[in-house]
Amino acid sequence: MADAPQPTFGRPVPRIEDDALLRGRARFVDDLHFADMLEAAFLRSPHAHAAIGGIDTSAAAALPGVVAVLTMDDLRPLLTHDRLVVAMPSPNYRFDVHRPVLARDEVVHVGEPIAVVIATSRYVAEDALALIEVDYDPLPVIADCRQALDPDAPRVHAAIPHNLVAAFDTSYGDTERAFTEAAHVVDGQFWLHRGGSHSMECRGVVARHDALEDRLTVWSSTQTPNVAQRLLCDLLARDSNSIRVVAPDVGGGFGPKLVFYPEEVVVAAAALRLGRPVKWIEDRREHFVSTTQERDQYWDMAMALDAEGNILGIRGSLLHDHGAYTARGLNVAQASAITVPLPYNVPAYALDTKLVLTNKVPVTPIRGAGQPQATFVMERLLDLAARKIGLDRAEIRRRNLVRADQMPCQKPMKLRGGTFVVLDSGNYPEAQRMVLERAGWEGFRARQLEARADGRRIGIGLANYVEGTGRGPFEPVRVRIAGNGRILVASSATAMGQGTKTMLAQVVAEQLGGSMDNVQVTAGDTAAMNLGFGGFNSRQAVMAGSSAHAAAVKVREKAIKAASYLLECAPDDLDIVGTEIRVKGTDRKIGLGDVARTLEGIAGFKLPGDLDPGLEATEQVIVHDMAFSSGSAVAEVEVDIETGQVHVTNFLLAHDCGTMINPMLVDGQVIGGIAHGISNALFEWMGFDENAQPLTNNYGEYLLVTATEMPPIELMHRQSPSPLNQLGVKGVGESGVIPTPAVIISAIENALEEFDVRVAQAPVSPMDLLALIDAGRQRDRGQ
Amino acid sequence: MDHSERRLIELTVNGVIHQVEADVRLTLADLLRHHLHLTGTHIGCEHGVCGACTVLVDGRSARSCLMLAVQANTRAIVTIEGLSVEGEPLRPLQQAFKDHHGLQCGFCTPGILTTLHELLGDNENPSEDEIRVALSGNICRCTGYQGIVAAVRSAVDAIRRGA
Ligand code: FES
Ligand code: FES
Repeated sequence: MADAPQPTFGRPVPRIEDDALLRGRARFVDDLHFADMLEAAFLRSPHAHAAIGGIDTSAAAALPGVVAVLTMDDLRPLLTHDRLVVAMPSPNYRFDVHRPVLARDEVVHVGEPIAVVIATSRYVAEDALALIEVDYDPLPVIADCRQALDPDAPRVHAAIPHNLVAAFDTSYGDTERAFTEAAHVVDGQFWLHRGGSHSMECRGVVARHDALEDRLTVWSSTQTPNVAQRLLCDLLARDSNSIRVVAPDVGGGFGPKLVFYPEEVVVAAAALRLGRPVKWIEDRREHFVSTTQERDQYWDMAMALDAEGNILGIRGSLLHDHGAYTARGLNVAQASAITVPLPYNVPAYALDTKLVLTNKVPVTPIRGAGQPQATFVMERLLDLAARKIGLDRAEIRRRNLVRADQMPCQKPMKLRGGTFVVLDSGNYPEAQRMVLERAGWEGFRARQLEARADGRRIGIGLANYVEGTGRGPFEPVRVRIAGNGRILVASSATAMGQGTKTMLAQVVAEQLGGSMDNVQVTAGDTAAMNLGFGGFNSRQAVMAGSSAHAAAVKVREKAIKAASYLLECAPDDLDIVGTEIRVKGTDRKIGLGDVARTLEGIAGFKLPGDLDPGLEATEQVIVHDMAFSSGSAVAEVEVDIETGQVHVTNFLLAHDCGTMINPMLVDGQVIGGIAHGISNALFEWMGFDENAQPLTNNYGEYLLVTATEMPPIELMHRQSPSPLNQLGVKGVGESGVIPTPAVIISAIENALEEFDVRVAQAPVSPMDLLALIDAGRQRDRGQ
Repeated sequence: MDHSERRLIELTVNGVIHQVEADVRLTLADLLRHHLHLTGTHIGCEHGVCGACTVLVDGRSARSCLMLAVQANTRAIVTIEGLSVEGEPLRPLQQAFKDHHGLQCGFCTPGILTTLHELLGDNENPSEDEIRVALSGNICRCTGYQGIVAAVRSAVDAIRRGA
């Protein structure tokens, strides 16, 4: 008898995704090719705001190789609606700003699509774009969300009387009293900016209509194929079984690919109208002006503390650049608003949030979704307070962190679905203690002085965070054992590089014989699962993982029950090993496939034990509360005061994402997030001029972190199981990014202590730092 | 402007000789991907910065998005598909990427593997700094590069042990 296989759950097993990717055999959307396929290119607005008179497509249409040039006027007969109505519900909107499928009368940001050329090749389609004549009448532009609220400011949409699209308060406790009774008050104004997502694969769509079956298949580089399918059915007035949406291999998502885009419906409609497959692949320049971004937030904040440095209250305001349309909802600003006080005991909080339209690409979540910004604000306030009171930066945090004995800790704030925020588990002070000890926090001062004597400025920073993960309400998973013994797993969970298929296979294999090779996972295909959402909000290990576990347990129980009849023994004597069910301690056994075949039944015969037919189960575990991951980060930097250059020299993170399904994948998610955070802290800036013309639309101007700027990263895992799900897991996809801008900036300030530099922004460029150092020197001389 | 000029070229890709009549403005990346259906080479920026499209041209790494197909006339190209043999185990570098989680979405991976192939050809025992410098022309949004560097170091050890 072969040895029992190792358990799969909790082990760093290699990914089932890797072989195809490493051999060049993966299938990304641009890798799909069909005979007779046409290629699309979109005409995009060069203006940030303009009225459109006529659109003349005749010269473009006459170009050899062009099959069609379509505008909104051409598409309207195919659609039930002119706009993409995708905004999540909230009572806080002042008005709706849904994106048009294609702009017809007005364009409101550079890059907004106006027409599409469908041709025999992308080369020809782009030639034709240059031949379309659009009669633009430029209108006044608002680029900066701070000026957009001025009563005389230009209006982002000519027909909408002001630019305040939504506003809300997040408050609890008596902040007035907190500030009246405070021994210390600190305040600060902060600018936070994220930029684009920059998945290495841009977006893309291929649509093909099968006339024989009257079925439209749409392959899209999307994080949410089920959501896309529902929208396409609505817009094209088709039944749900006549549209299949598939996310093939997806080359990174990072947030914006959860959004439904005009190109997805335009390409689908074009394929229907032309009766030929149509492909559109976004190029990188388009990505800079058409894929949603996360941009400017301006915070004006104050913190009240007692004499010992205990926080009494926080109050202030947040101005959030929403872009020109509502492409998702208020969620980024909502996440920012509730995240500020989360890791700490903050008795009173009042934040006034305003979401403001600008003539720029819509804002929707990027990895972290508003949480890195809020964490930055909170951690900066704590550093300011530590300085003012004369406390160590670690000590002030220790005094205020939510303690293990408070868990679960309910906060008087609500999630967007209306349930209270409850920190479910964890020991935040212990995570901080661990990371400080490992980083040598106590001994750093001596190292710093030594370096300074050498003319080197080194600094250390600390930041704590929590991350809301596992957004509900559910994500279905079906587990089926086929007649050949293979375990087939299907889920609406969607993979974009995180190892989602491996994660699901591990959870299922753990219950069903332990052989990952025997598990085949289908994810992100509406033909395999017609309900669900997809990948965002660090939710799939929590939501789909829980459903996979529940389904696998059900199938296991049924398989063992059926086998107990077939082998005439007690269920307790049976175990599933590899692809067989064995009677423990004997060589009697039956194949999983044989059990599955038996349960497929024979006409006219009873099923064993009167069991229900079939060896499969579909589960959709429902969870409304979020599982909060948490952690403490320490970074060291060296700043060159002549050039303003920052080198991140060391990075440590003690983090807690509950039970780990695959520690190797957890490390990968966290380290990738940290890289994104370092990039946000030091490099990424999506610039626009005062006419809202993008200033950074290639990788020469828009910088991303590369291998030479990355420090060694050391992770310390703590595993406080979440009580919210059977597996005890919390999400991890966004963890790394959340504390990183805060901790890097804290370290920079520490390195530049002698110049009394206060960095109130991220990203911070070498030029910004030189100016701050200079200002510090002048203050010195002035004294 | 006449875009219709075509030229007959002959090139070797992964050891196979191809004769193609190519538009003079066709990029090498598009030739490989859409005409020869070698879709393992990826396009991340089309302006020469991300490195996803890197292939080997006569043994040296080159950005196939910046090269015209006609410039590849008479040359020998190796793409990701040529770095392993179908049906055989992964080569040590690819295996190390799998063991050390050197890839997530895998979109950047083909360009990174071809870049590293050149590095390891020139320098059989690169230091961590040399590995990072070699990788600095390849953007990976997913991994933070740490798993990639670990994979290269382990592959170097494996190759030196004769694996
Ligand atoms: S696609 Fe060639 S370098 Fe980016
Ligand atoms: S693995 Fe996704 S970009 Fe590198």
